[in-house]
Amino acid sequence: MNVLYGMLQPDEGEILVGDTPIKIKGPSDAIAAGIGMVHQHFMLVPVFTVAENIMLGAERVKGGFLDRREARREVIDVSQRYGLSVDPDAMVEDLPVGIQQRVEIVKALIREVDLLILDEPTAVLTPQETEDLLRVMRSLRDSGKSLVFITHKLKEVKAIADRITVIRRGRTVGTASPDTSEEELAALMVGRSVILAVDKQPRERGAPVLDVSGLAVDDDRGHRVVDGVDLTVHGGEVLGIAGVQGNGQTELVEAIMGLRPTLAGTVTLDGRDLRGRSTKDILATGVGYVPEDRSADGLVKEFTIGENLVLDLYDRPPFGSRWAMDLDAISKSAKERIAQFDVRTSSEHAPSSSLSGGNQQKVIVAREMSRPLKLFVASQPTRGVDVGSIEFIHGRIMHERDIGTAVLLVSSELDEVMALADRIAVMYRGRIIAVVPPDTPREDIGLLMAGVVGAEGRP
Amino acid sequence: MNDSPPNPATTTEAPTTAPPADKEGEPRSLGRLFLHNLWTANTVTVTFLAVVLAMVIGGILIVVASEDLHPLYGYFFSRPTDALTASWDKVSEAYLNLFRGSILDVAAIEGWINGTGRWHLAFFPIAETLNYATPLVFTGLCVALAFRGGLFNIGAQGQAVMGMVLAGLAGFALPLPPGLHLLVALLAGAVGGLVWGFIPGFLKARTGAHEVITTIMLNYVAALFLNWLLLQNGVKDPARLDPISKVVHSSAQLPRLLGSDLRVTLGIVLAVLAAWGAAWMLKRSTFGFELRAVGANPDAARTAGMSVGRTTVVVMALAGALAGLGGSTIVLGAQANALTGPAAGTIGFDGIMVALLGRAKPWGVVGAALLFGALRAGGNRMQSYSGIPLELVTVLQALIVLFVAAPALVKAIFRLRAARAARLETSVTKGW
Repeated sequence: MNVLYGMLQPDEGEILVGDTPIKIKGPSDAIAAGIGMVHQHFMLVPVFTVAENIMLGAERVKGGFLDRREARREVIDVSQRYGLSVDPDAMVEDLPVGIQQRVEIVKALIREVDLLILDEPTAVLTPQETEDLLRVMRSLRDSGKSLVFITHKLKEVKAIADRITVIRRGRTVGTASPDTSEEELAALMVGRSVILAVDKQPRERGAPVLDVSGLAVDDDRGHRVVDGVDLTVHGGEVLGIAGVQGNGQTELVEAIMGLRPTLAGTVTLDGRDLRGRSTKDILATGVGYVPEDRSADGLVKEFTIGENLVLDLYDRPPFGSRWAMDLDAISKSAKERIAQFDVRTSSEHAPSSSLSGGNQQKVIVAREMSRPLKLFVASQPTRGVDVGSIEFIHGRIMHERDIGTAVLLVSSELDEVMALADRIAVMYRGRIIAVVPPDTPREDIGLLMAGVVGAEGRP
Repeated sequence: MNDSPPNPATTTEAPTTAPPADKEGEPRSLGRLFLHNLWTANTVTVTFLAVVLAMVIGGILIVVASEDLHPLYGYFFSRPTDALTASWDKVSEAYLNLFRGSILDVAAIEGWINGTGRWHLAFFPIAETLNYATPLVFTGLCVALAFRGGLFNIGAQGQAVMGMVLAGLAGFALPLPPGLHLLVALLAGAVGGLVWGFIPGFLKARTGAHEVITTIMLNYVAALFLNWLLLQNGVKDPARLDPISKVVHSSAQLPRLLGSDLRVTLGIVLAVLAAWGAAWMLKRSTFGFELRAVGANPDAARTAGMSVGRTTVVVMALAGALAGLGGSTIVLGAQANALTGPAAGTIGFDGIMVALLGRAKPWGVVGAALLFGALRAGGNRMQSYSGIPLELVTVLQALIVLFVAAPALVKAIFRLRAARAARLETSVTKGW
């Protein structure tokens, strides 16, 4: 897709618009050819207004000055034409994510594109916002625009698409119609049949393992993003934290792991206070941690797979001592882990950067599960991971739960939380606003994620 | 659907299990593999071609700088052979002297065989190369270790100077028996550099002060401290008018390995040991693992429970100690026997170039230090025999590093195939 939008150059092959082959050397060529793109990460200037952002790159000039009035008029015009209500004078940083995305779409439409590419647009949206987006996409389609919708969420594909193309490892592996079942689509994506449902046996929960009460944490800019969180995770239980990204989940988990200072409240593991202890200590007491951002925090990409498999175990027997590491033991254990966790690689000496996202994630999960655990903390464990790996990782998480480990699962994918969790805590603006059972209707949880606390909300 | 899912029991998804290497029909035989690798832009090829390119440009500079050639170029278009032949003679003679001064002097060997010269003259060039390479191995390792830890240590110069100062002070001020005296002097040198490396490491870990800024500033402090010290009573040699310290006792000097005529000291042995130690540390020690992890991805290192701050401090202190030892090998070795302002030369800054050329790998650093040592040793002879200023050697060194740091340039000039290895280690460029 980056090739289509001119951000990368093709090695071979050609791009046809209509019947004419074109060369796209940069985004401006793409726009001229009628191709627009909404990126997964928005390309907006937070301190500009909506109209200013939309103008950016195609500034209206009148007598050497920016013509803001004309820009505003255009924004209002386009947003009315396609039913995309945005306020042209709002500051972008004040807008919710769903509206920011709308701004991106308006930005593309104003440049009169015929083809709009949406790259994983729903990853950052609540279920309700996703519904809105799908509605907008339908109205765009009906007004004659072509849309390319890239996603790994099968439900959404089925809901919106007229035609489905499945790409696996850089190749088109098949096309399907929207009435194909989810299982068939997943099978196409992975190349074999997958079990989408998680096998969750009922299980008695054990004693409380992790207890968080009154926790308050600031983010890097000093804003209070976790504001009085209380939660308890029991042994043999998966506590899922649902919530739209950016409601304090990241900071909550970092505070539990000793990566971020706690400002108030307590965090105890088996009755022992974790506050003020180093991450190394916390990991050593039997906590496994899968960080949210795999490539930033989970792996050292330059390291080999074997090295990454001992990233937090390198100085403990059998892998090492105070001074030296036992490279043979590391390599032997790595071979076992690679087989056990189905990491697709040629050798444990290959750099981790050679692995696909799903296999990188399996390396992290393998590392964190290779010691006896009391608590397993998984933050977005399947983000950007292929369906086959998701199935595998979900299976391992359920296995940890079944052998009695307490599992804290943070995910912005509501389906994932609903499938795995025994209890779902909904986090909104730094607080747990409700704890609900996993069989609660999707819509109700969706409303909670948007901060709407209904009568049945409180536990 | 045009692609039915295969049976789940038997699938292992063939395309994913295949290694990514077999994309471009790997050549099978060893010889073809060798040729294939030779013309891909791997580190060895790029480095070699960088040296060649630097020599070519150096040759042009020699011609431009030689005034006796200028008249010949005055009638270049009527008789170009005059100018070209003379230029060729000039350049080839200069480079021949560079070679004779650093590696092998055929005349000296003939003399040794005929009995007209003494044996050590045959080894003189190599000995000089080792002599100049010794401190560069230490400062190169210093910069390389810091690189691997994600730090851009510009302070090798200051650390080396402080090492030299303390080693020199211990060398002439302490009355100790031979052997022990040398050991104490070396230790003092290491401590001097260690402290000078610890300070920026500590400031970085505690306050986030960027090590580039702090180490540059500490370079000035070290240099000026040395100048001040040389004027103090008890340090300054009372028999001399110029700022020079007392002479290091012979009990604290590094012993010469091949007789007093050749300037090969125990220092080169220590340098190789240091490189071996650094290589072991990076590959096999837990601290080396932490260092590399912190250098490549500090966030992941922190998440895995490593202390980024502690690692930073220790890396800088260790790097400083290495540079301090490098400075010590100057004042305790064959290049000087007393402290002076310019005694340390620019070994710290040269260490940055050596580390870049050696791609921040310990044995690469040793190779690069030998190359730079050879250029320096040969440059001395080139200056006295061919009249080419020693500065040309500095230009050559800089050009080599320039071409190595910009492998795309070398690749374009020689039309090499792309290879991943040609890029400098990411840790090298990540320092900023």
